Amino acid sequence: MIAPKDNFNDLDLLAERPEPRGYEIINKENSEGQELLEISLGPQHPSTHGVFRMDVVLDGETVIKLKPIFGYLHRNHEKIAEHTSYIGTMPYTDRLDYFCSMTNNWGYALAVEQLADIKVPERAEYIRVIMAELTRLINHTCLAGFLLNDLGAWGSPLLYAFREREKIIDLFESVSGARLMCNYFRFGGARCDLPDGWLRQANKIVDTFPKFLDEFEKLITGNEILRSRTENIGILSAELAVNASITGPMLRASGVDYDLRKAQPYGIYGRFDFRVPMGTVGDCYDRYYVRILEMRESLKILRKALKDIPDGPVCADVKIRSFKTRPGEAYSRIEGPKGELGFYVISDGSPSPYRYRVRPPSFINLTILEDMCLGHKLADAVVILGSIDIVLGEVDR
Amino acid sequence: MNFPGLGIIRGMAVTAENFLRSFSRADRLFTTEYPEERIALQENYRNFPFLVYDDAPENMRCVACKICEKECPPQCISIEEDRDEKGKVIRRPKVFDIDYSVCMGCQICVEVCPFDAIKMDHEYELSTDNRFDGLLFHRDELLKPADQYEKMHPTEGAIVNAKIREQIEKKKKAEAAKAAAAAQKPAPVAEK
Amino acid sequence: MNTDYLFVKFPTLTYERPTNSFVIPPEIALEVARYLKDDPMFRMDMCTNCTAVDWLPTTNIVKRKTIEIIDGKQVESVEEIIVDKPAYLETVYHLVSVEKKKGPLIIRVRTKDRIDTRVPSLTPVWRGCEFQEREAYDLYGIMYEGHPDLRRILMWEGFQDYPMRKDYVEPDDYEYEPTPHDEVLTKAKKHYPVKPV
Repeated sequence: MIAPKDNFNDLDLLAERPEPRGYEIINKENSEGQELLEISLGPQHPSTHGVFRMDVVLDGETVIKLKPIFGYLHRNHEKIAEHTSYIGTMPYTDRLDYFCSMTNNWGYALAVEQLADIKVPERAEYIRVIMAELTRLINHTCLAGFLLNDLGAWGSPLLYAFREREKIIDLFESVSGARLMCNYFRFGGARCDLPDGWLRQANKIVDTFPKFLDEFEKLITGNEILRSRTENIGILSAELAVNASITGPMLRASGVDYDLRKAQPYGIYGRFDFRVPMGTVGDCYDRYYVRILEMRESLKILRKALKDIPDGPVCADVKIRSFKTRPGEAYSRIEGPKGELGFYVISDGSPSPYRYRVRPPSFINLTILEDMCLGHKLADAVVILGSIDIVLGEVDR
Repeated sequence: MNFPGLGIIRGMAVTAENFLRSFSRADRLFTTEYPEERIALQENYRNFPFLVYDDAPENMRCVACKICEKECPPQCISIEEDRDEKGKVIRRPKVFDIDYSVCMGCQICVEVCPFDAIKMDHEYELSTDNRFDGLLFHRDELLKPADQYEKMHPTEGAIVNAKIREQIEKKKKAEAAKAAAAAQKPAPVAEK
Repeated sequence: MNTDYLFVKFPTLTYERPTNSFVIPPEIALEVARYLKDDPMFRMDMCTNCTAVDWLPTTNIVKRKTIEIIDGKQVESVEEIIVDKPAYLETVYHLVSVEKKKGPLIIRVRTKDRIDTRVPSLTPVWRGCEFQEREAYDLYGIMYEGHPDLRRILMWEGFQDYPMRKDYVEPDDYEYEPTPHDEVLTKAKKHYPVKPV
């Protein structure tokens, strides 16, 4: 803890204060007198889902202390937004969580619509739900694939998952122009309408997806190696999860019934009938399996939305150049595939936001990484990190 | 019948099925061998922007209004207007540079352009060995004819090109009418 | 959610109407946080978002119209009042109740000014604020007292100054690779060591 000085006259004094390392190791030896080993699972590592570093103190193979260090991908997204116009920040939000660009766009558009009181037409709301659920599908398949990659399955389930992902990403390309960085939503709706044949293609994918899920489950879920390496590893209790602001599938796997789409619905989610899968134990296997079940629920929402989508305008009549809103602030929350994605925008009436903040679910879910890993082996630490589902673009912004 | 190892054997059965089926069913083998065969790009695919001209490169649609330069988020466009002999601003850009290494491909410049002058390209094989300005494209390299634009984007291009052609026809007719009126005028003066 | 009892229990709390948030003086912040978490009416068990905002000093001239009755006639006069808003940094917390599924309750804790930025940390109450308060310290310079591990999180160790503040001036020599943007290169060249002749 930094002891405060009594006399603050100069900002330089504060800046020159030496930074403590934060976790000075008091005992360099364990109880038997053997030396503890300190390893840096460095930023370049195939299992760390991006440029992420963990400083681990080991007693043999058991983890004693673990401190995550990130900031290697910090691109200062929040300060860029203070100099760019409102619409200019939209392509930057794609690049936050680069697997799920549609939900990032939706969160930002929702925050600005709350500020400016823009009403979204019906067809646009349905399009938003369809895109968000497709994004959830591609994110959860990615997670299943990458988790198995971390376990050592050498890319085989990963590429099965990627095969399905490619079909959905082709859909995104035909509507918005880019596979990952879609930049599709605008304030008041979507940028352009769905092209001809898109709904037919989407229906075909939604019809064949359960077959892929069944094949994937046959491949993976009963696998003894997966079960023995993920069951009872990284158990997270419900009270600690809620206190540590964990959201998303990780919270639900610990047994807490909190899904923003059901608890505090936004958009038109109130019209869809789906269940919220919850885990019982809160270990890595639960976190993985909750996501597989969530994919099946997403398919239900998609089927209904693709059937019910009405005709009509796709965007409200809002001019995008020199977009200004009244002074005020807004906080929008959406249930992104990784957790609760929030956008906090303060406006002072000028063409750029005064303060723009992204509430990143991956960053906050990492708070209890250390608590979950204590007492497990080093290999388990990698599996636990994989089951949290982080994307460094969002952690570092 | 459940013995340890059954899950792994089931998984291997799935992999074996995929492997063997890839010899007989086309949808199990989905690799395209690039560069010998290429996937046809979708119409809406966007990569980097280019400028459109109508009949000849001198008749480019861009009037150097600088809206795209202002709205571009990473500020990769740099425009300078053209001036005629007297120094008056004419509606053409003299310098129109886009730095492809900075460009995000976000398509905001296309959305805000009021004259349909800048559109998104389908070119993706752009690698160069010049690190400093190999990806800095100038106005003449960016200009492409309107027919090529229509071939790249058939549905959208047909509508936009038809609209622009109509505008050009109207302008030509208006100019012809004005020239005819001006030609008739000196006659009464000469009679005096 | 009926929040009237809050004003009775904590008289120094104020409510800011334009932002729909409660401004809490730093001295009672921990007490209010514990009350909001444990009281059966609120049960705010999750702090969803914890962020910092930098407010520079502003001077606004507000015109106020007053209508007076002089000699039986209504006389309108416009007086200009100068409203000085001092500079401060504030931390904004969005609290959510997972148990009752109630929406965000917003609290704000303000520092004294932009130099003395000590504020109590709410990490002992909600563990989720740990990383977010570290980020607010790293980017804005707010010192959280009682935080278990206050050090830089996104910037590297040894970085000087606080980047997200409104008056931050970035250093000249951050680009060392020549780019087509000449002005960046010329600014950086000033800091290169002079080559020996």
